[in-house]
Amino acid sequence: METGSGTAADGPAAGGTGSEGPSGDPVWTALPPGLLVMRRLLLVAWSAGLALVAGVTLGVLAGPAWALFALVPLSVLPWGWPLLGRNWRSWRYAERADDLLISRGVLWHEQTVVPYGRMQLVEVTSGPLERRFGLAGVQLHTAAAATDARIPGLNPAEAERLRDRLTELGEARSAGL
Amino acid sequence: MNEETGPGSDEATGPGTPPGPGDPPGPPESAPPAERRLHPITPLRRAWAPVALLAGWALHDPNSAYRHVSDLATGTLLLGLGVLLPAAALYGFLSWWVTHFSVTDTELRIRTGVLFRRTAHIRLDRLQAVDVTQPLLARFLGVAKLKMDVIGTSSKDELAYLGQAEARALRAELLARAAGFSPEEAGEVGEAPVRELVRVAPRMLAVSLLLTATTWLSLIGALLVPGFLWFATHNLWTVLAAGIPLLGAAGARSAGRFVREYDWTLGESPDGLRLDHGLLDRSHETVPPGRVQTVRIVEPWLWRRLGWVRVELDVAGSDNGVLLPVADHVTARGIIGRVLAGAEVPGEFVRPPGRAAWCVPAWWRGYGLAVTDRLFAARHGLFHRTVALVPHAKVQSVRLKQGPWQRHQGVADLHVDTGASRTVVAHLRDADEAAALLRDQADRSRTGRRTAQPDRWMTGTATGGGTGSGTRSGTGTEAGTGQEPGRGAGGGTVPGADGVFPE
Repeated sequence: METGSGTAADGPAAGGTGSEGPSGDPVWTALPPGLLVMRRLLLVAWSAGLALVAGVTLGVLAGPAWALFALVPLSVLPWGWPLLGRNWRSWRYAERADDLLISRGVLWHEQTVVPYGRMQLVEVTSGPLERRFGLAGVQLHTAAAATDARIPGLNPAEAERLRDRLTELGEARSAGL
Repeated sequence: MNEETGPGSDEATGPGTPPGPGDPPGPPESAPPAERRLHPITPLRRAWAPVALLAGWALHDPNSAYRHVSDLATGTLLLGLGVLLPAAALYGFLSWWVTHFSVTDTELRIRTGVLFRRTAHIRLDRLQAVDVTQPLLARFLGVAKLKMDVIGTSSKDELAYLGQAEARALRAELLARAAGFSPEEAGEVGEAPVRELVRVAPRMLAVSLLLTATTWLSLIGALLVPGFLWFATHNLWTVLAAGIPLLGAAGARSAGRFVREYDWTLGESPDGLRLDHGLLDRSHETVPPGRVQTVRIVEPWLWRRLGWVRVELDVAGSDNGVLLPVADHVTARGIIGRVLAGAEVPGEFVRPPGRAAWCVPAWWRGYGLAVTDRLFAARHGLFHRTVALVPHAKVQSVRLKQGPWQRHQGVADLHVDTGASRTVVAHLRDADEAAALLRDQADRSRTGRRTAQPDRWMTGTATGGGTGSGTRSGTGTEAGTGQEPGRGAGGGTVPGADGVFPE
């Protein structure tokens, strides 16, 4: 699997034809590593913080032996670390000629296809923490509320390029209801 | 909706605008549209608001309300009433005075609000359905409510009340403009002729409700629960508190449904489907061609012996979800064919592979899927069977979902989302089949959209704007445009009606 956002340059150049491989398979784009870094840092920070709080309170109030319970939050780390990696690797998207494909999830796998003409609204969102890590997410809305098409953790430039391209394609192929 | 509604919003209609013979000579916004007011009876309705607020407070907290009232001297009470009633009347009058509506070339505009101004511009080319409803009291007074269903409109956007004749005329004008008639024509087009397709007999409706299990279950529940409570507590108030809501729910399920679905008439007109129903409150809905997002055929267990089904439909922005409360199989199929522009209800459904039994025991046999060139059809339910039909052109997005246990069995669910916030799921398909379906469904949705009818159904830009596939196959584009002067001049008759309605 390829990583990084290598298609940032060839996306607009591809114009109406979209990016599809020679066999007709979609060319998938993976997420940049920023999201993984952020999520892993959050995991470490939370588990360390919880371990500290649990260790200190239990150690002071119940006795030093009880402080061993601080290991419980820490034990989440070796399990959560690769899990985040797998989840991050599972996120990918492909811009085809007429629709956008989003694939995600390891255990609960979900793949979404949204035709460009159905898009009602494209928004780029970036929370305070995401901004600190230089990340932005793209969210697509169609007339169906159940359509859950979002791509988190993109580079802001790529997110904006995607938004502009999706808007442009959506206008060109507008199909409404 | 609102950011699109500037004076320049005409271009948003783009290729959909009619090339029609009577294009307006000047710029369409040159003369400000005539603003109208609601029927003068409206203040009476609005005047209820302060009274209802007080009543609500009294009901919500009866003890303190009683205490407050008994504390007051008679003089104060009279004074309060003397202030309250004129205030209510004034509020009613003011809210009527400030409410205006007008129809422009592209929009229905509603301006209202005493303290908080509210202006709604409802775009005609986004129109999904028009409802004219008459509550019982309004029928006596000869007034009606009119609501344009567009995604996002709420009960605030209904025009209540209009005179009966005015409501009909306005509906005809709105539909004519939305259909693509030019503004000059739209005023004189008049009501489109309606041809009755089905009328549900009251007897059939009553029998169908008697054969509905939920009717009996709710009735039995409403009788049993208060009985048990009486034995358990011997407290009359507890029994009443539990019994009255239960009885109310049971009544709403049986008698309420009968009253609402009484005299259900389904008609067809060049402006689309006409749904008229109601014993006390009459309701008339018009759904233009190509607005139906999904159709469901529901077959309760007890109806199967009689071969009856209920047909439900979803129109974006509309509250009504029933197309036919009860009908036999053959009629239902014929109606669905008309509603979905000639698409046939598939007869054969393919079950999931046998290993799906490990995911959903027994009930997996109820699941089924059929994909035709026009429809995506999914069936579910073993006893209470439901078949959901989605025209390919109405698919907003397609999703494939697979949990860990489903992956182990090599099956996956396919979700098809439509614009009426309804998701149709094909359960437990073979994983490879589901992946292929996901790919193909996206293509079908796109090509389906290309051959679909235009939003302005009388303009005939796509395949001849008509009401059914019969028009399309028989007459083509000429008939689509040829209809316009016919309907426009006749104001109620369509020359060559055979071409419009085959059979």
